[in-house]
Amino acid sequence: MAPKMRKPKLPGLIGGLGITFKTMLKGAVTVQYPHEKEEPVSRARGVIALKEENCTVCMLCARSCPDWCIYIEGHKEKRPPRREGGRDRTVSILDRFDIDYGLCMYCGICVEVCPFDALFWSPDFEYTEFQIANLLHDKDRLGEWMATVPEPEPLELGADVKGKK
Amino acid sequence: MIDVLALDIGWGTTLAIKTIIILVLVPAGALILGYTFLLKMMSHMQSRLGPMDPGGFHGWFQLIGDGIKFIQKEDVMPDGADRRVFAMAPVVILMSTFLIFVVIPAGPRIVVKDLDVGVFYALAVSSLSVIGVLMAGWASSNKFALLGALRAAAQLIAYELPLLLAVVGVVVQAETMSLQGIVAAQQGGEIFGWGGIGNPFFFTQIIGFGLFLVAAQAELTQTPFDMPVAESELVAGYMVEYTGFRFLFFYIGEIGTAFAFAALAATLFLGGWAIPGVHGTMADILGPVVLFAKLMFVAFLFFWVRFTYPRLREDQLQALAWKVLIPLGLANILVTGILKVAM
Amino acid sequence: MSTTENPPTPEIQLEPGALRHLAEAQVNVELDTGDMILNLGPQHPATHGTLRLVVRLDGERVVSADPIIGYMHRGYEKLTEYRTYPQITTLVNRIDWLSSFANEVPFVDAAERLMAIEAPPRAQYIRTVLTELSRISTFYLFLGEMALQVGALTPAFYGFRDREYVLNLIEGATGGRFHPNFNRIGGLKDDLPWGWISETREVMQKILDGCDVFDDLVAGNEIFQVRTKSIGIVPGELGAAYGMSGSNLRASGVDWDLRRDGRPYLVYSELDFKVWTHPDGDSFARYWVRLQETRESCRMVLQLLDQMPSGPIMAKVPRIIKVPEGEVYSEVENPLGQMGYYVVSKGATGPFRVKIRSASFSNVSIMPWLLRGVYVPDVITILASLYFILGDIDR
Repeated sequence: MAPKMRKPKLPGLIGGLGITFKTMLKGAVTVQYPHEKEEPVSRARGVIALKEENCTVCMLCARSCPDWCIYIEGHKEKRPPRREGGRDRTVSILDRFDIDYGLCMYCGICVEVCPFDALFWSPDFEYTEFQIANLLHDKDRLGEWMATVPEPEPLELGADVKGKK
Repeated sequence: MIDVLALDIGWGTTLAIKTIIILVLVPAGALILGYTFLLKMMSHMQSRLGPMDPGGFHGWFQLIGDGIKFIQKEDVMPDGADRRVFAMAPVVILMSTFLIFVVIPAGPRIVVKDLDVGVFYALAVSSLSVIGVLMAGWASSNKFALLGALRAAAQLIAYELPLLLAVVGVVVQAETMSLQGIVAAQQGGEIFGWGGIGNPFFFTQIIGFGLFLVAAQAELTQTPFDMPVAESELVAGYMVEYTGFRFLFFYIGEIGTAFAFAALAATLFLGGWAIPGVHGTMADILGPVVLFAKLMFVAFLFFWVRFTYPRLREDQLQALAWKVLIPLGLANILVTGILKVAM
Repeated sequence: MSTTENPPTPEIQLEPGALRHLAEAQVNVELDTGDMILNLGPQHPATHGTLRLVVRLDGERVVSADPIIGYMHRGYEKLTEYRTYPQITTLVNRIDWLSSFANEVPFVDAAERLMAIEAPPRAQYIRTVLTELSRISTFYLFLGEMALQVGALTPAFYGFRDREYVLNLIEGATGGRFHPNFNRIGGLKDDLPWGWISETREVMQKILDGCDVFDDLVAGNEIFQVRTKSIGIVPGELGAAYGMSGSNLRASGVDWDLRRDGRPYLVYSELDFKVWTHPDGDSFARYWVRLQETRESCRMVLQLLDQMPSGPIMAKVPRIIKVPEGEVYSEVENPLGQMGYYVVSKGATGPFRVKIRSASFSNVSIMPWLLRGVYVPDVITILASLYFILGDIDR
């Protein structure tokens, strides 16, 4: 037995015409992009920003990227000991930190995996280029994106706040 | 028409002026119709805006820009195509569109030539486009194009008949085949003794009007009858191998024919250029405006249906024509004839 | 589908060379037309991607149809051999890109079963909500897009327009509209942002209203009905034998839904929902079933939001996840059908081998049988109603 369908009040042909007519009068939903812009949500994955002072060149992000689009080079330098008679400390200096946005999948594994909170997501998405090579953002450009990183927003009711990073 | 200006120009010059006006009018009309309905009305029915940037103000320049773009494209012909036939096909289709405008009146004295067999001539000439479609499909040496052309030929020929039968009812009621005569009959007539809006055949020939709209929709190969140009299957059907200037001809032909059929419907069923009570020079000035308004209304109906309904399959389309519309048309003529003789 | 019977040609016995007069020549009543081979695709508006359908036509009837797939093969199963579990979760989003959250779920479920950990209840609820939102997103698009294939231009735009609201919801929760990459082994990446639940309630109401519009504009349209009823009828047992699953099978009358009948996963066992079937098995039935399932998913989301518990969203997992040895097959009810992952693990950070059972691959296998004897326009209707995604077929 065929399931019961909603009994339409008008024949479907007339009803359909009515729907398109009403939609025509209701107005468009288009946002005319270059002239009007919509704000993406603060969690949107637009671009990755680098906070250079937190980075310790541990290479975890480069290793965990599925596309291997992060290129890191660093070297170690010696620093004087903190106290008298101690050992010399070694610090890692970041030479090169490039993210190739032509390869990046915007998955966020690098941001999540970084143990020192050096990478952040930013919802900014307007960085299109005319040449693919310019999609390789170097250290300084990644540092500039830090200005667009939003504050972490409050979570929904019922979330377990204390275990959060 | 030249009497309006009270000038004495020879026969040849008059003909030349009228030809130029038609040659300009059809693409211009196609442009206006295309912009209003195809770009703006369709967009708003789909909750979007349509072109907004070209020309600054709501994209009025879009179609003109498209025309310029088409003209400057390379003239490509497929390798195995029949060159002469391939080139002639769009011209044939466009020619049939232009020829319809010879008889459509826009005022009591504004008409290229008011033939005594105006209606007969208009329908005969509009069926020339079938030849053009077949030429286009065959000469393209492309299977998709051939499929589309064959479908189109079958459809166009099948729907000639309901078109004709719808119009015969009007002719019976107006007692003349000349379009000016039909307009005059509607202007001077009365509905149950009241002559306020004349007697537009829309009321008495409502079945004919419906038939004409459906058959014209099929003649224009618009949804729900756009199997020949089924975009999601054949990607433009018989026009698929055409680029540039020739494709522009097809498009002007399509929308120009919509313009022509809308004008025909407005003339036959809605009273054409006539407003009851307005005669003479006033009618000459207001006539084109009134005709334009009425034909925009009919074109609105064409395009409204086009954007709402899905398309019928070829055999369902033929079944509709032969099994439903033609009997309806015949019945309409019968009833009209009986009532005409009886009253 | 009506066929016109041609009268049988009469048999005349003639010796070879006996034909002397033209009048004796026997003209065949039906002209022998050669079969035309039509290539639908791989670039074609109707085939949802790079599917190539080599169709042999006799006039406008299909004599035989051969789908040729593989134009979009991306080597997923090979890719998974060299990646870790979080990386694979990212990649797997792109198999069925319209309902991408639903692709991650069976994989993460398989990994969690191997590790014998369970995600906390709040994470399970949010996973279910997002899965149902993906289902709504892809089915809503289907409702508009099948109408487009049948010829109506406007419903497609309505499909895209209202789907934006659902995508904005998914973006609000996960950060990505199409590729959420939100599942982690043991739970989810993040909790929901403030105000998401009330926004979701509003959007669900909008989608329910939109489904009513589709009901009137498309399913109630006589032309659409005449184009899709009795077209492409799949008998239930045959469909099941070919491995069809999901809404396609339910539209043939088979009452099978892994959310209710299979191994319990996510929180479907705590939900009260109806599994919609239709006895006809034609293209209209497939459209109708998906329309009802969209509405049902909206109601399920509203139920889930009411019952959402509070708590953590991530179980205790080590930093570097090494999944213990073992193999497991995890199958769920994806929007396109039954999707399964057979994960073989040898104790490393990444699996040893993953076999992906995708729904569309089996759904499409019925095409040669289904497309015999139909008209060319019906081919398009049937392809649209089967609703496959090329990424799902080719992986």
